Amino acid sequence: MAEIIEKLITTDEIKTDEYLVNIGPQHPSTHGVLRLLTKLEGEIVHNVEPHIGYIHSGIEKMTEALSYPQIVHLTDRMDYLSAHMNNEAVCLCVENALQVEVPERVKYIRTIFDELQRLASHQLWWCASGMDLGALTAFFYGLRDREDILDIFEETCGARLTLNYSVPGGVMFDIHPNFQKNVKAFITKFRKKLPEYDKLLTDNIIFQNRTKGIGILSKEDAIAYGVTGPTGRASGFSCDVRKHHPYSAYPYIKFEEKMGTEGDSFTRWKLRMDEMWESMNIIEQLIDNIPEGDFAVKMKGVIKLPEGEFYQRVESARGEFGVYIVSDGKKNPYRVKFRSPGFSNLFTINHIAKGWKIADLVAIMATFDLVIPDIDR
Amino acid sequence: MKSFFNYIAEIFSGIWTLLTGMKITAKYFFTPWRNVTQQYPENRDTLVMYDRFRGEVIMPHNENNEHKCTGCGLCENACPNGSIEIISKSIMTEEGKKKRIIDQHIYHLGMCTFCNLCVRACPSDAIKMGQKFEHAHWDRSTFTKVLNQPGSKIMEGIKE
Repeated sequence: MAEIIEKLITTDEIKTDEYLVNIGPQHPSTHGVLRLLTKLEGEIVHNVEPHIGYIHSGIEKMTEALSYPQIVHLTDRMDYLSAHMNNEAVCLCVENALQVEVPERVKYIRTIFDELQRLASHQLWWCASGMDLGALTAFFYGLRDREDILDIFEETCGARLTLNYSVPGGVMFDIHPNFQKNVKAFITKFRKKLPEYDKLLTDNIIFQNRTKGIGILSKEDAIAYGVTGPTGRASGFSCDVRKHHPYSAYPYIKFEEKMGTEGDSFTRWKLRMDEMWESMNIIEQLIDNIPEGDFAVKMKGVIKLPEGEFYQRVESARGEFGVYIVSDGKKNPYRVKFRSPGFSNLFTINHIAKGWKIADLVAIMATFDLVIPDIDR
Repeated sequence: MKSFFNYIAEIFSGIWTLLTGMKITAKYFFTPWRNVTQQYPENRDTLVMYDRFRGEVIMPHNENNEHKCTGCGLCENACPNGSIEIISKSIMTEEGKKKRIIDQHIYHLGMCTFCNLCVRACPSDAIKMGQKFEHAHWDRSTFTKVLNQPGSKIMEGIKE
């Protein structure tokens, strides 16, 4: 009997037909409304075709009717997990176009908020992808610790998710008197929590077997597809905008660009966990040295950009986020293009998921850290 | 034979790493004072939102039913979603001059994204963000509010 089964498995006699399965639009592991049209043979993935646009909200078109300070609040709604980086990108772009120099205090506050936002985003990624891979406990622990960061945000700027904290010329409010104390308390606490995360999931053999060697993205492919952020760095592509094109307070601080070599799911996982440690180092360098001064420079009531094209890139939690503004000298932009990291990262999925099983496809998607409004815009 | 031992070893190390994880969950299970969960609807009386929390736009009035709004319309221009409408009316002052004052400051809560741009734009600090966040309601028409109270006047000494 065993011989017959072995013969059947090794030969192609029980080969089945290819068939199509829709993963999504409503599927928990797609983290939103993403539809993956998957061509399967048995359980083996032959082709993945992402269909996007289910929550396309036309943000780029809407910006053409809005003034520059109003554009900022819409960018919260694209990559809602790195809302502050998106806000900052638009503000930096407008400030560079107008040749406005913001006070040092603003640069420091923005950078601390960037890194807090990155921590919050990576925590949510950690817990949600743990849930994708079948570890539900991780979800509660991740959200529990993210709550502290959201409270810090809420105390300073009044919102938890859609911050809208940066405005052209500075930030909306000065930091709350408790801000520094709370951030330091959070970092002390979170330094004890991160090893717990590792024990819970990263060191787990079942988890490692599901991610090690799965979905390998080579460095050449990462560059060819324009993959940025932790996903690109896990493949050995040095693409950290904070390092290569520093903005805000990043030129003043020392930090390491975490790199991986393997490019598999586990490297992408490990790299994001390492980035959390690095983010805490950056915050600790800045939090005690926030210079005194104004929290915003006075801008004109109606901001008009000079004629021309302006581009600004920042490192969001998912990769390079770019804002490209074409201005014709009026108070509204002529055209705005957002370069979102999730869009480029998603379309490698067909290339790297071929030949793996469906469960591996979920693991690959989990470690890509996709945010669907960021892709659809 | 070697692969067989590896297989057995992997099973045991798998169980061991599972137990390591279970130790952490057990730690939180047996120390409930570490929990951070808030019993939300029950703690309504003690729940205090942060001062800067952006719940809704309000217009504070003093005890004489006076507000600071001059009806200049800057908040209407600053709003990205058109959730503020200013309806003004002209009156005759005591000196016999025509003057435009605010009639109704209409605020559509359902369209508001709580971006705080109107509060930033206001030159006389007439509007601010309130802390109320329980806005759910059965009837959509209740989301359209008139912020200046009926019969209210502008405060003395507010510049036009």
